[in-house]
Amino acid sequence: MTLTVILFAAARELAGADSIAVELSPGATAADLRAELAQRVPALAGLLARSALAVNHDFADDVLVLRPSDEVAVIPPVSGG
Amino acid sequence: MIRLTREAIDYHALTESVRDPHCGAVVLFLGTVRDLTGEQVTVFLDYEAYAPMAEKKLAEIEAEVRRRWTVGEIALIHRLGRLAVGDVSVAVALSCPHRGGAFDACRFAVDTLKELVPIWKKENAPDGSGEWVHQCVSASREHQRPEKT
Repeated sequence: MTLTVILFAAARELAGADSIAVELSPGATAADLRAELAQRVPALAGLLARSALAVNHDFADDVLVLRPSDEVAVIPPVSGG
Repeated sequence: MIRLTREAIDYHALTESVRDPHCGAVVLFLGTVRDLTGEQVTVFLDYEAYAPMAEKKLAEIEAEVRRRWTVGEIALIHRLGRLAVGDVSVAVALSCPHRGGAFDACRFAVDTLKELVPIWKKENAPDGSGEWVHQCVSASREHQRPEKT
């Protein structure tokens, strides 16, 4: 399945794109997506390790199984407020 | 009430909007853009948000405040886009029957907002360079570390 991962702030700048399409096997987890993303975009790996993932607007644990319809985003450490 | 806006925040109107005849205390918190971070001079900030998730998290914070404290009314507004030094980036206003709850609830709302809401700021220096502010590790990522369990 192909998932489009939305990028924000420094993640967007490091990747040079608003989003990245990632190919995953059925049953892949958020952890698998992290690994695939880090491999696809090595420049993003360092920040990615310190970032959360959001799936359908909620923070996702690494063990979460992903579905083709999921909206996924990289959430670097936030700095609002 | 929660809102993301690109307009200047009218915090006077916001404060009035949370007043309640059953409440004897109203607290307003304003986050304002500072000119210095350590020794680094800031000339302006850029704020961006993952809007649908930010709105969801702000609504969850409102719900949690209402669950933990007796609240008359509460409003949380965060501004996005380019802000100058002195501009108000965030406002949290609420009313409670008594001041203890009002202070505690406002503190909780602001602290939780700063930990969980997907909003980021970029500090822009006089030389034109800009840097996104990302502290060490995402709070949500911290909770998954083995040593935390």
